Amino acid sequence: MAEMITLRVNGQSHSVAAEPDTPLLYILRNDLGLSGPKFGCGLAQCGACTVLAGGEAIRSCSVPVSAAARKDITTLEGIGTPEKPHPLQAAFVAEQAAQCGYCISGMIMQAKALLDRNAKLSDGELRQGMAGNLCRCGTHTRIVKAIKRAAKDMGA
Amino acid sequence: MATMMKTPTAKSSGTQSGLSRRAFIGTAGALVVTFSFAGRLLAQEKGKGPKLPGSLAKAPELDSWLRVEADGTVTIFTGKAELGQGIKTAIAQIAAEELDVPIARLRIVTADTAETPNEGYTAGSQSIQDSGGAVRQAAAEARAALVALAAERLGIAADRLETANGAVRVRGGTQTIGYGDLLGGKRLDRKAEGKVKPKEPSRYEIVGTSVPRFDIPAKVYGRPAYVQDIRLPGMIHGRVVHPPSYGATLASVDDAKIATLPGVLKVVRNGSFLGVIAEREEQAIRAADALKASAKWQESAALPDMKAMPAWLEANVDVVDRVVNGVPKEGPVPDAIARDGVDRVEATYTKSYTMHGSIGPSAAVAEMKDGGMTVWSHSQGVYPLRDTIALMLKIDKKNIRVIHTEGSGCYGHNAADDAGGDAAMLAAALPGRPVRVQWMRADEHGWEPYGSAMLLKASAGLTRDGRIAYWNYDLWSTSHGTRPRGRPPGNQLSAAWHMADPQPLPKAEVVKGRHSAEYRNSDPIYDVGDSRIVRHFSQEMPLRVSSTRSLGAYANVFAIESFMDELAAKAKIDPVVFRLNHLKDQRAKDVLLAATRTAGWRERTGPTKPGGARVRGQGVGFAQYKNEKCYACVVVDLEVDRGSGAVQLLRATIAGEAGQYINPNGIANQLEGGFVQSASWTLKEQVTFDRTRITSLDWAGYPILTFPEVPEVETHVINRSDLPSLGAGEASQGPSSAAIANAIFDAIGVRLRDLPLTPDKIKSAIG
Repeated sequence: MAEMITLRVNGQSHSVAAEPDTPLLYILRNDLGLSGPKFGCGLAQCGACTVLAGGEAIRSCSVPVSAAARKDITTLEGIGTPEKPHPLQAAFVAEQAAQCGYCISGMIMQAKALLDRNAKLSDGELRQGMAGNLCRCGTHTRIVKAIKRAAKDMGA
Repeated sequence: MATMMKTPTAKSSGTQSGLSRRAFIGTAGALVVTFSFAGRLLAQEKGKGPKLPGSLAKAPELDSWLRVEADGTVTIFTGKAELGQGIKTAIAQIAAEELDVPIARLRIVTADTAETPNEGYTAGSQSIQDSGGAVRQAAAEARAALVALAAERLGIAADRLETANGAVRVRGGTQTIGYGDLLGGKRLDRKAEGKVKPKEPSRYEIVGTSVPRFDIPAKVYGRPAYVQDIRLPGMIHGRVVHPPSYGATLASVDDAKIATLPGVLKVVRNGSFLGVIAEREEQAIRAADALKASAKWQESAALPDMKAMPAWLEANVDVVDRVVNGVPKEGPVPDAIARDGVDRVEATYTKSYTMHGSIGPSAAVAEMKDGGMTVWSHSQGVYPLRDTIALMLKIDKKNIRVIHTEGSGCYGHNAADDAGGDAAMLAAALPGRPVRVQWMRADEHGWEPYGSAMLLKASAGLTRDGRIAYWNYDLWSTSHGTRPRGRPPGNQLSAAWHMADPQPLPKAEVVKGRHSAEYRNSDPIYDVGDSRIVRHFSQEMPLRVSSTRSLGAYANVFAIESFMDELAAKAKIDPVVFRLNHLKDQRAKDVLLAATRTAGWRERTGPTKPGGARVRGQGVGFAQYKNEKCYACVVVDLEVDRGSGAVQLLRATIAGEAGQYINPNGIANQLEGGFVQSASWTLKEQVTFDRTRITSLDWAGYPILTFPEVPEVETHVINRSDLPSLGAGEASQGPSSAAIANAIFDAIGVRLRDLPLTPDKIKSAIG
């Protein structure tokens, strides 16, 4: 049975009527109209749906909305805008770090969780931290460069 | 430049399509789908007079390609689609250059059957030539026409006028008149004649620079950018339940019960086509899962033995013909060449089935309203998809509009068209509301058309002084091209195969174009003396197959470039020197030298084969795509763990040359991405199946390269402003695979010939 669930997303509270076991992803995309998090596999294998919950990167395709109700959720839309970009967003544009770009929202959110914890991580730590995010166009080297550029900007 | 996912049609277009485009990005009110299907597209006729470049020959009306709006902005229409390759930006650069209009004042409308010329498929690295060539000439002629108009208006001779910043001005004077004022929103209303000469490349200011891609900001800020992001008023959600195996038929399903599940609007069953439409996406998914659990299917064990695919390919040949200069020839196939007095070297290579494996499963939105159907799709060919949906639904193609909207990347024929067909089937079953369909991961992994398995056998004669005396090459393959065709027999959309009155996939077409399909790049670019290249083609398709980035070139270049390395080792000549000794084309030599010099090539006369538990190797691969497009050379440095057989890529160095480059950063992105994707195919990828079903149905069952496995990549793009621009999107696929295999050989001294080059194979090769 559908229930009213209150969510805090990108700093705003929302009430939605949904079955409590509905994956968070569909609520974010369809009820809140957010386009950042993407459906990729529904199995927590690719990272396209990554959002932050209380600062931790989670796979929104595999987390029921009820479990996310008490946490602060952040999506790509919540970290910056073209007028006021997050350093990661500015860096992805500067490095032209996308081809089709379908994975990019998940990449940026995963990288944000990593950099927020440690902006001085090594190349190996960065790559390991991104290992669960898949890209099919082979944009990996540019994504790594963009995250390193952002890390520098965030550390400055 | 608009950064939205699809540039809205200008208000002055005279059709209502602009409204619908705005509606789906959520900025305007009512949805209007009663398009004027005649639209502004003009009849496309064969060109007369001088030969017109690219697609302009088929659509010579300048108004088909560009429109100067009254406010001075310019809309460019291209029939090609943005796939993440940056074509939108590259076309805009070409148009801005020829028109002398600031690039920010341009808008690009891509593949849309109601708006843009029919440029067939966005494929084969052809867009820069086909569409770029057409836009360049159309823009040059439009600019000349605008100058002529200004001359008349101002009463000043045309040769005293020049263009800059979107306006005509008097040379050395102050008088200017903007393009928008000159035309006042009217059409140019003239055909290209091919007489106006485009700008000299030496005058280029925008072409040849790394203009940032227009499509990236929306993707980085979470704005709607993909067909998956379309939200239309009243939109509902559909899912399709695919059969568990090819050819399975639906015996029974409790559709009546599932129709009562929460939110379900309709269960759609048509023969073995099974789908469901619900108010909410998760409701559609739950209902589809319930249908899947309830459905009983009749299946048969019709698949070949996965481990014996090379034998299957040899045993199921329908066509054997000789390939000469990249073209299959009629007539008898001569015996293999042999010659006394030279050493004969032979090798056999194989490739498994590989997936496109888009990160986002295919999706589409369709709406049936007032007898008209609109489909938003990431198909690489909107016109053929329109015609093929018309065939499936038995409705007039004039009443269908297909609008390209970006999807998740794949570079080839994945399930984009099928999802469009599914959405159309569901929308036709529930008219009046737009239906969004997205495939689930197992649908995409299990039902997309794969890259064909192949078998390649090479033999050559080697003289005492290390020259190739003759060359035999035989290739076996199933099809590389089953894209929608829009005409009988049968149908290429998976939904059509499963209908009660089915339109099955027809037997594979035997392709005969130059450097097409399975024999693409089967003809070595090297001077190999007498050569005999033979294609052995099976029209059967035990696994569904179609165009995958670079088609047969990937496996052919893997085989040829591995074999060149084997010959060099046999001749005890450095692999780079050996290639140079057999190359006449200076452009090819330049690219080979650029990559190897940058990489710090270590000359050798045999495998380095260093000692130790972890051994390093370096290898090279080179090709010119289709022997007439972009040149690419890849040098790979890697490390092999002799104990486990695991390969760690350390560094890739790429050099590419595609004539006059339009956007060097864009070319570099394509070459780098091509390397990483090819490395993933080469080291990891293989579709798995038992005798009945595909078994690699998720990323655990079909792993691809991840961040820790991707090396540093350095790319060097050579500009040749004196030569025509060439597409570069598929050039590095083949060379990358061979560079990896050759580097493994250099590291361990053993040759790996069966793709993918997995740790278990490497470990057992080391022994």
